[in-house]
Amino acid sequence: MFATHLQPNLTSDTVERVPTRFGYGEGLLEAGKRDEKVVALCCDLTESTRTNLFAEAFPHRFIQIGIGEQNMASVASGMAAMGKIPFMASYAMFSPGRNWEQVRTTIAYNNSNVKVIGAHAGVSVGPDGATHQAIEDIAIMRVIPNMVVIVPADVHEARKATLAAAKFTGPVYIRLGRSNTTVVTTPESPFEIGKAQLLYTRDASLDKKVGIIVTGSLLHNALMAAEALQKEGIGASVLHIATIKPLDGEAVQAFAAEHGALVTVEEHQITGGLGGAVAEHLAECCPTKIARVGVMDRFGESGEPDQLIVHFGLDVPAIVAAAKRVAS
Amino acid sequence: MQYLTSEEIKALERKANSIRQSIIEMLTEAGSGHTAGPLGMADVFTLLYFGIMKHDPENPDWEERDRLVLSNGHICPVLYATLAHAGYFPTEELLTLRKLGSRLQGHPHRGALPGIETSSGPLGSGISQAVGMALAERIDNPYSAKFIYCLTGDGELNEGQIWEALMLAGKEKLNNLIVIVDRNGIQIDGYTKDVMPLEPLAEKFESFGFDVQEVDGHNIRALNDAVGKAQAVYSQPSVIIAHTIASKGVDVFERDFRWHGNPPGKGPEDRVEKSQQSVVALQKLRSLAGTIRPQDID
Repeated sequence: MFATHLQPNLTSDTVERVPTRFGYGEGLLEAGKRDEKVVALCCDLTESTRTNLFAEAFPHRFIQIGIGEQNMASVASGMAAMGKIPFMASYAMFSPGRNWEQVRTTIAYNNSNVKVIGAHAGVSVGPDGATHQAIEDIAIMRVIPNMVVIVPADVHEARKATLAAAKFTGPVYIRLGRSNTTVVTTPESPFEIGKAQLLYTRDASLDKKVGIIVTGSLLHNALMAAEALQKEGIGASVLHIATIKPLDGEAVQAFAAEHGALVTVEEHQITGGLGGAVAEHLAECCPTKIARVGVMDRFGESGEPDQLIVHFGLDVPAIVAAAKRVAS
Repeated sequence: MQYLTSEEIKALERKANSIRQSIIEMLTEAGSGHTAGPLGMADVFTLLYFGIMKHDPENPDWEERDRLVLSNGHICPVLYATLAHAGYFPTEELLTLRKLGSRLQGHPHRGALPGIETSSGPLGSGISQAVGMALAERIDNPYSAKFIYCLTGDGELNEGQIWEALMLAGKEKLNNLIVIVDRNGIQIDGYTKDVMPLEPLAEKFESFGFDVQEVDGHNIRALNDAVGKAQAVYSQPSVIIAHTIASKGVDVFERDFRWHGNPPGKGPEDRVEKSQQSVVALQKLRSLAGTIRPQDID
């Protein structure tokens, strides 16, 4: 059963699909209106990161860095040191990919109030291919002390995450996608940094059960997999984790205890991301059987986004198959 | 620009000498750390903190203070010693450098110690941070009287990020930014001219939109004049290339790149044996105390 605050037409073809980066653009503009300390930086990707909305509204608070992500990270740190709330955006492969050390030392070690926005993450970048498909970014951000890691599931959540990051004091990484992503939540759905949400509850009358933990763009696939599993007689629930760090350990633990077997789903390498975070947490408190759905230690490649989701085994049938392997 | 009398210059030279002695003592006690850069930059730090910058050791977070970003964090012994002599914390604490639990980390950590504007160590990011500070200040107050100083090493200029930052500073015409380069001609592996030639350095900075001055980095009066001129530059960022002598003040260590990353007691032995390096360095510095070179006298 779907949580009541989600879109009503999730199982129909009419469901809306919008890139998460659009939510960032709206959220940043709104954050800029609410607080004049908000400034934006970008590396020659103003339109595709949707920073252009802010830049047009607040030209004096927008810094065009040019193509220099390492510089951008440290410039943002300097601006934060003077009391600004900088949002710095590029493609995730370049920021925080190219500039990881500057993010670590000048932002995280300084505990600077900088928001790192990595757009075009995941294989769903599409035709640009492996060089532009960041599928390691959650891992490299999650490992840095002080850094909060948020992976919004859709355009509404991206907007809310941006606004929440502006209010939160400290470094935050927000991961965004390029392509259309199914709109699952509504403007009214709750969002809080650090809180997992149960978005699909299993049919308790079924004997077999499995818990699906998902982050980001694959939320809709996870929900559809849960629906499919229930039709096949396996009770499936979906726990949506937008904040990978700090992980909502209590919710994960309770979810694991309730279901006895889990599937993690993410558009990221199977090591170091959501699956890694969940496995690390559960291994210490309550070892649970987990099947991880993600990119299997490979690089991406060119193709259309929807083709790539299937090619890399991130689609509904792949999640269903993984769930059947572990269902208890 | 503030005029300095001969008496004031003498006092600053004595202060720089005291700071150098502290550097030798703290490095010896630590048993690791960098010697050449800190000794070479003692005059610049002394002038900035005791003659030029707006700052308040009693109120390190004073909003109106000038900012100093140390980009080449490994020369932090000179920053720590200068801050202690200026009254930010007790000079006795200098002897905790690099020890477990110390506020004086091997490379600076913002928040650990009052007066540290940023964490640094990995080279090349300081100018970017100073540019960010200068940009933020200009957004708030286009006529601000605050200056953002950034100190970098010459070897550090090998880093690509430096040139990204210089391009942005030039584009934005950040006249509140003053970069000071420690041009001592050495880096870990040897002389800068061998490891990665930088010349023509002044022309490089000019082509990036900077006002450029070259100055003797041990001549307090010349340095003071150069900073004063840099402050008066109207429509450009400024750079002062301070020609310094690595390990300045201890003649038996001077100009030798092998002193870049070793403390007294662990340096090259061909001129002074290890057990005597600290003692000899302190003797040299005490014998120099208060001496004034001819070019500093009016």
